[in-house]
Amino acid sequence: MEKELLRLAHIEKSFAGRKILEDLNLTVHENEFVTLLGPSGCGKTTLLRLIGGFELPDAGKIWFDGQDITRLAPEKRQVNTVFQKYSLFAHMDVAENIAFGLKLKGKSRSYIQDKIQYALKLVNLDGYEHARVTELSGGQQQRIAIARAVVNEPKVLLLDEPLSALDLKLRQSMQRELVKLKRELGITFIFVTHDQQEALSMSDTVVVMNQGWIQQIGTPESVYNEPENAFVADFIGDSNIVDGIMVHDELVHLLGKDIPCINKGFGENVPVDVQIRPEDIQIVSPDEGDFRGVIQSVVFKGTVYDITIAAGGFDWLVQTITGHEAGKEVGVRLPPYNIQIMAKPASEDEEAAGDA
Amino acid sequence: MHKDWSIRRLFGVPFVLWGVLFVVLPLFFVLHAGLTDEVGTFTLAVLGEAVQWEYLKALGLSVLLALVSTLACLVLGYPLCLILREYRQKNGMIIFLLFLLPLWMNSLLTTMAWQTILERNGVLNLFLGALGLPTLQLVNTPAAIVIGMVYNFLPYMVLPLFVSVSKVDKSVIEAARDLGASHWQTLRYVMLPLTRAGIISGCTMVFIPALTTFVISALLGGNKVLLIGNIIEQEFTAAYDWQLGSALSMVLMIFIILNMLLEFFTSEDNERKEARV
Repeated sequence: MEKELLRLAHIEKSFAGRKILEDLNLTVHENEFVTLLGPSGCGKTTLLRLIGGFELPDAGKIWFDGQDITRLAPEKRQVNTVFQKYSLFAHMDVAENIAFGLKLKGKSRSYIQDKIQYALKLVNLDGYEHARVTELSGGQQQRIAIARAVVNEPKVLLLDEPLSALDLKLRQSMQRELVKLKRELGITFIFVTHDQQEALSMSDTVVVMNQGWIQQIGTPESVYNEPENAFVADFIGDSNIVDGIMVHDELVHLLGKDIPCINKGFGENVPVDVQIRPEDIQIVSPDEGDFRGVIQSVVFKGTVYDITIAAGGFDWLVQTITGHEAGKEVGVRLPPYNIQIMAKPASEDEEAAGDA
Repeated sequence: MHKDWSIRRLFGVPFVLWGVLFVVLPLFFVLHAGLTDEVGTFTLAVLGEAVQWEYLKALGLSVLLALVSTLACLVLGYPLCLILREYRQKNGMIIFLLFLLPLWMNSLLTTMAWQTILERNGVLNLFLGALGLPTLQLVNTPAAIVIGMVYNFLPYMVLPLFVSVSKVDKSVIEAARDLGASHWQTLRYVMLPLTRAGIISGCTMVFIPALTTFVISALLGGNKVLLIGNIIEQEFTAAYDWQLGSALSMVLMIFIILNMLLEFFTSEDNERKEARV
């Protein structure tokens, strides 16, 4: 693991009596691509603004490179932000926007010129120096906002839902470009989004948040494949989540049947949440499955079919590459290694945090 | 389509009539009075009389006081707008209304109130005296006129300025801070240039009534300080010399038009220059 760069400890923040962040702890390393993922109102943007210096925490400390920066003014932090609304200076042209931070730092004219050229090349907008920012498209404005931030050579680049205003195609290409950009710059990115696809495809580390609590921190694979609670399972990707009881190790009781699984260590006769991904459920002949059921609907989604099967008193969402006929009687099979057992939230607080 | 268009044009007729009757025609009367002699033949003599030293001195003083008042309104109004912008959701509207209140009161009344405040034995001097401070001789001085102008015309500065200042998105200010600008640098390089249009229209809205006022200067300046507005008023109401009064109005009007043209042609230029850090 790379060196620790940023550490937030026991952060509390409320607005007008409403708690936004509660006892939040987070460590970010050098050269890491961290995504703060969660539904709107989960506190992810507030967290980013605390790091940028635009909000002060009610309690807790923020360390940057070993220094306490909790109360440091934003202009004194080695951090730059790419804002959701781009927030370019409308009275300046592209080059003047990019040069803004460098001129304030008193860099030489030739240094600034070189940096402008370098930054425009970096975001694929060479030749746009003298364009008015109001004449640019949304995607171009976003690139200039990125260029304006990175010329200052921050150690951390904060990105606040920078792609949310772009259309799908452009968003996808910007995602790839951002990952490439991060590799070229070799700095830490902290990226805020509510789009789980974006988070999974870009990050080294995903921080899943809900109602001011961090739900899970992990690699994209681990938060997808091993969600720690029902919120994470439900928020990231599609899921079937069923109440179950862990009978003993490697056996879970759900919908009236004992189903083998591979999870251990939950104890005996403990209520749990059982999650299984739609693409992991197998459709078999009626007698071969764990449950017998009837196909309710089939929806073609492009790459897969979304199939709903009523079986064992539950509507299962199943995704398959091949189509099936609605009304057909089938068997639903849950392969043991694809079943994910999650502990039920213990306290009421956690419960609140778990239900979105 | 064609018919529709001609009907729409009909809606403009009352406004054109208004303009002709109440703007163009009176303007013509003023021009006519200023450019003819008693029997109605064309002459530049009256206009020549109007540009004599005494009157130009009054115009100069008017311009100076109007400039000082405009500047004072800007210096008072801009921070106010910045503060209002921050508190928009909370108590901002109450403060805003407090500053607009002078607009709703009769300006004659407010100016007379200032008279009693600034008088030799007025409220201000009573207060200063009570504190053991030296009293001020303010009434009948240019300073008193400036105070009266600032009080009466501040709302005209604040209104357009507030619109302009509140249009700047909070995240643009944060972006400036993020890129290393202090509060002052953010004001100098981002806020001021972005609110340029509001500053110009606010200044114009204060400068022109300040330049032409005669009530404030009459009440707070006594007859000791003569502004161009007072001279024009005297020509019409005391000397009954409508020709000279009209000619003086023309001089004032030409001056204002020149001013606005200058402003118009330099603003595009400056906008580009100011943008450079």
